Amino acid sequence: MQFLVKMFRNNMRQYGMLVALALIMILFQILSDGILLRPLNVTNLILQNSYILVLAIGMVLVIIAGHIDLSVGSVAAFVGAVSGIMMVNWSMPFWLAVIVSLALGALIGAWQGFWVAYVRIPSFIVTLAGMLMFRGLTMLVLKGQSIGPFPETFRNISSGFLPDPLGNGELHLMSIAIGLGLSLILIWNEWRIRKTDLGYQFDVAPIGIFAAKVAAMVLVLNIFIYVLARYEGIPNILIILFFLILIYTFITNKTVIGRHVYALGGNDKAASLSGVKTKRVSLYVFINMGVLAALAGLIFAARLNAATPKAGVNFELDAIAASFIGGASMSGGVGTVVGAIIGGLVMGVMNNGMSLIGLGIDWQQGIKGLVLLLAVAFDIYNRNKAS
Amino acid sequence: MTDIILEMRGITKTFPGVRALDNVNLKVREGEIHALMGENGAGKSTLMKVLSGVYPHGSYEGKILFKGQECQFRDIKQSEQLGIVIIHQELALSPYLSIAENIFLGNEKSRYGIVNWSDMIVGTRELLRTVGLQEAPNTPAGQLGVGKQQLVEIAKALSKKVKLLILDEPTAALNEDDSENLLQVLKEFKKRGLTSILISHKLSEITRVADSITILRDGKTIETLDVGRDKVTEDRIIKGMVGRDMTHRFPHREPNIGETLFEIKNWSVYHPQYQERKVIDGANLSIRRGEIVGIAGLMGAGRTELAMSVFGKAYGKRISGSLHKNGKEITLPSISAAIEHGIAYVTEDRKTYGLILIDNIKRNVTLSKLGKIARRSVINDNHEVVEVENFRKKMNIKTPTILQKTMNLSGGNQQKVVLSKWIFTDPDILILDEPTRGIDVGAKYEIYTIIHQLAAEGKGILLISSELPEVIGMCDRIYVMSEGVITGEIAHEDASQEKLMKLMTRMEASEDAISR
Repeated sequence: MQFLVKMFRNNMRQYGMLVALALIMILFQILSDGILLRPLNVTNLILQNSYILVLAIGMVLVIIAGHIDLSVGSVAAFVGAVSGIMMVNWSMPFWLAVIVSLALGALIGAWQGFWVAYVRIPSFIVTLAGMLMFRGLTMLVLKGQSIGPFPETFRNISSGFLPDPLGNGELHLMSIAIGLGLSLILIWNEWRIRKTDLGYQFDVAPIGIFAAKVAAMVLVLNIFIYVLARYEGIPNILIILFFLILIYTFITNKTVIGRHVYALGGNDKAASLSGVKTKRVSLYVFINMGVLAALAGLIFAARLNAATPKAGVNFELDAIAASFIGGASMSGGVGTVVGAIIGGLVMGVMNNGMSLIGLGIDWQQGIKGLVLLLAVAFDIYNRNKAS
Repeated sequence: MTDIILEMRGITKTFPGVRALDNVNLKVREGEIHALMGENGAGKSTLMKVLSGVYPHGSYEGKILFKGQECQFRDIKQSEQLGIVIIHQELALSPYLSIAENIFLGNEKSRYGIVNWSDMIVGTRELLRTVGLQEAPNTPAGQLGVGKQQLVEIAKALSKKVKLLILDEPTAALNEDDSENLLQVLKEFKKRGLTSILISHKLSEITRVADSITILRDGKTIETLDVGRDKVTEDRIIKGMVGRDMTHRFPHREPNIGETLFEIKNWSVYHPQYQERKVIDGANLSIRRGEIVGIAGLMGAGRTELAMSVFGKAYGKRISGSLHKNGKEITLPSISAAIEHGIAYVTEDRKTYGLILIDNIKRNVTLSKLGKIARRSVINDNHEVVEVENFRKKMNIKTPTILQKTMNLSGGNQQKVVLSKWIFTDPDILILDEPTRGIDVGAKYEIYTIIHQLAAEGKGILLISSELPEVIGMCDRIYVMSEGVITGEIAHEDASQEKLMKLMTRMEASEDAISR
């Protein structure tokens, strides 16, 4: 018990947000008479929020580095537009168009990163300018019109599902199999970590609690996949998200560049005097954001089956809100990828839940704003109490 | 005998772990220029902060009597109402506001909240005339030189009907002409009956303008000299400032000095903003294996600037000169190159430049050389914990866990984390900039022991310190800097505080001090 209390206290932020997400889900599950967690709705939830979650991953890195990016919505729209021109007007093969689009995103990121890192213009201003410029460019290249429809293969990115060679139509067996496979990997990985920790003679959780924790994780994973399998199975976009989360969690936690991003945001002077190439790190963070914004733009265009001049409006605000709800700090140096994802899900579940119970967009906006404020207030209150 | 305008009686002020002021007494006569002197950290600025209400009544012990009345200031506003105005070392002018706006800031001439500009301009003109500054009242303050800004500050003080003007090192950043001008203004005011307290390091100024001198050392009043009556010479003041006692504050050490490890030759650096200003002028310096070399100097002498410009050009523009390690010339274009070449620089201000306060001990220690615990840029967490745990034990960092955020540590423990961080980079040369500032005596002793160990391992240590006893107690050889010039080099055996102080306050390098 003591160990549990200690574990919870040390990870207050992350568990706090998870608990909040769970409570919100339970609340809307009750309010919506059980519609929220129906297989169809859960699948929709993922499809609807995928591009915001992709943006949130990039945004949290930008925020950890002590910057902000207001341009991602416009960049996503611009890249979506260019991809539309390439695929629809020029009939470019879809894989080539995707690669060119991502490269374009990187280029845009490098452009903004250059002004922020090397000319030392505050990122707020650089990306505010970018927000206007790329919105303008979007309208320019689209000549004010929408472009569509996209080829089937491209649309599959955001509306396709994992094929099911084993299936019987009732339940998506391939998904269930993947869920079980992942469970094994998860158990093995947790066990491996525990063994190395023991090897280094670190404190580890008692075996009972360890088993309970792993069992809970496996249970949640399999229930989630079972719910998806009751509908069409695992959406393609979830696979992309899964790998993005995995890769970026690894980068932020485990790599030298990840540490450098945190150090830069925590205290750029100290980081620079410790040999961190602070300008270069800022540039990288913006290039990365550009690529992810491009990816989000592609996903959105694929989902809409059209590139439109109005795409991506207010995406940046959702991504920023997700990062802050997920525990990132305005002053930089604090935040996690997983936190941003949870923050994005909190927003997504609330959007979806409020729509289900028939609240208008007016109330939705107001309540979401209040939640953002309260989440950050809670976070700051906790932090002050801790120190 | 003239009246006493200000008396501070038995002032004691403690900060956690440090007694900054210990039963300090100060008496200032009406209409005099009273100099307050002492080494860095002697407590001068703290005393003036107590006087002006920056530290409110109740946060210190003792009494303040102004014109015979006891004062209990809760903030600066209250002391200013009585006419006690302090001008800080760092000027507090807003660079984008005009002279007039700055002078009347917070105290604008207005009716019903609407500013009366003509009144303010007229008032400003008058005040500027008084301080002898010929500038248009609507010139932005940022366009003026430091000397003129100083005069604007004084004009601002005058606008507040000042009775007692306190100047904290007003000439530290001024050239000689500007300093002279400022001192003349002060003398002029004295004739009109204004009392001022002048905090300064420059002995020659003090002996010229001051009527009486109070000397502080280690938070205690040492003596008050009356320039008219006592025979006041620079030597006399220095003796008061540095004291005589040198107790066993330093651990014992048998130096084991090897061949020359690192040399700085003919090193010159210009100011990053004011590019015509030479901050370091032709410095030559060498460190041998196992040697602790000190750099002494007053604030603004260029010690930190020298160290940072060497450390991968972290400071300054148009850097010239050469660096040599083990007899071979090396170039250090970036901080990471400096770290690669085995140079570590432990910064002066650990909170601003040394630590990432919101990060834990572990992440701070490994930041400068993550490559050591990573393979192909992937960090081995467990390896990291083991390494940092070793440091925690070796350096005796007092913390329940290495996952503690560094902002929650005491000054001494923070300093140990910063030292660990740089020792982690396996340096050959460690530059330590004020490694014991603001930490208590016990932790100081521990840091000294660590420095001795590092020297014993054959590393070269460059110790920058403002505390003369520390420099003398720790170093095998001491360079003295003043105004960007190395004015002398003294071996441990020949070092005395008087000698150092003389070189520290000297403007030009003298021949006999340079030639060994």
